Amino acid sequence: MIELQDVHKSFGPKHVLRGVNLSVPRGESMVIIGGSGTGKSVAIKCVLGLITPDSGSVTVDGQDVTKLRQGSSERDAFLARFGMLFQGGALFDSLTVWQNVAFRLLRGSLKKPKKEAREIAIEKLRRVGLTPDVADLYPAELSGGMQKRVGLARAIAAEPEIIFFDEPTTGLDPIMSGVINDLIREIVVEMGATAMTITHDMTSVRAIADKVAMLHGGKIRGTGPVADMDNSGDPYLAQFISGSADGPIEAVR
Amino acid sequence: MRLLAVIGATVLGFLAAIGRVAMFAVDTVSHLIRAPWYPKEFGNQLIQIGYLSLPVVGLTTIFTGGALALQIYAGGARFSAEAVVPQIVAIGMVRELGPVLVGLMIAARVTSSIAAEIATMKVTEQIDALVTLSTNPMKYLTLPRVLAATLVMPVLVAIGDIIGIMGGYLVGVNRLGFNAATYLKNTLDFLEPLDIISSLSKGAVFGFIAALMGCYFGMRSARGAAGVGAATKGAVVAASVLILAANFVLTELFFAA
Repeated sequence: MIELQDVHKSFGPKHVLRGVNLSVPRGESMVIIGGSGTGKSVAIKCVLGLITPDSGSVTVDGQDVTKLRQGSSERDAFLARFGMLFQGGALFDSLTVWQNVAFRLLRGSLKKPKKEAREIAIEKLRRVGLTPDVADLYPAELSGGMQKRVGLARAIAAEPEIIFFDEPTTGLDPIMSGVINDLIREIVVEMGATAMTITHDMTSVRAIADKVAMLHGGKIRGTGPVADMDNSGDPYLAQFISGSADGPIEAVR
Repeated sequence: MRLLAVIGATVLGFLAAIGRVAMFAVDTVSHLIRAPWYPKEFGNQLIQIGYLSLPVVGLTTIFTGGALALQIYAGGARFSAEAVVPQIVAIGMVRELGPVLVGLMIAARVTSSIAAEIATMKVTEQIDALVTLSTNPMKYLTLPRVLAATLVMPVLVAIGDIIGIMGGYLVGVNRLGFNAATYLKNTLDFLEPLDIISSLSKGAVFGFIAALMGCYFGMRSARGAAGVGAATKGAVVAASVLILAANFVLTELFFAA
């Protein structure tokens, strides 16, 4: 269970989060939608402790994230429960594909022998639809879609309980987006993981989400099952789904 | 009033920056005694910073040593002191030019590449990715670079000193008519242990500064290509200026009467 309560965060004069309340029960796939620059990434990074909120609390299974000291073993153990797919993949370009996927298995508390780590990496690569021959390539030698797949393989390599997806389909063609969406859905279901995705791609939302939350003006406007999304009666949500320039959301932000 | 406010803000900003750099340095060093360590990263950096810098160190110091010999000969001739070329080249290279020039070349070659690499990692969220993979970027990126540079720089400086003296020797023997054996004897007799100790100590300090600035500016990079550019520029400028300032302070410490 991930819970954000009254989370505020400003960067200088810019108030990005103005009291975010959100809870994601275990095993559920929550998708946060909202325009560019509305603070979706900031909200996710607060949960991971990459950004410390100015006020409010972020808890995961009752454990206060902001109280975990950087570099402490509790924080290591906490982070070991998470996997994250970054928007641009964030693959380490000095390491080969399999070393990226097995990063967590090659060092630290989850360290495994090199051969075993490589086998797991190749198995995860296969799970995301890549053949073993990409294992020894470098990330720069892969297409955007393949990099996303490798990022996904890295996120699931250590069997996390909670997976974050930051705009998983941004920069991909519609077919590749569809493939990645299906893959995410399958993996989340088969692992029984709790998932939090941020996106503004409505196709993605329909493919991945159990529940949808809309972030606007630094607050969550509402949360509901994805099936009710189209007749929520919320003009903000309706405008966002239709992608219309006319409505309560200003087009120039 | 306006002017005072600007001056005040500048001074405060400067002091805050010094504080941040100092805290960054302390944080870096503190990871020396806290596991986990990444020996493989450290080994990579020894090769990147040390071994691969050898050509630039050799070229810089050999030309400087040669030019130094010519200048001292020409200058010395004005008061019939041409014979001191070996001694002054040795002192000049070992005490000053060796460490300073190698330090500045390392700032150009190593600081810039560290800053650009880490800044790009920051901009493309690779630093965030490291954290989510339970790896502390200070341990994984900063410490190996700073430690490798600090340890390898004295070696580079020693090699630079020797090649610089050799540059002077080549010019002295081939152009200025010095006797080869006398040139070497004068050089070796004249150098004292403190000259060499100061040279190598300067190297270690400059190496620390060069790598630390690269990491500090890289980690604080703003977003986008412009952010990476600014971080790299800032790192090289800060490293160069700090190396020259530290050189003065160290010279004062070692040689002030």
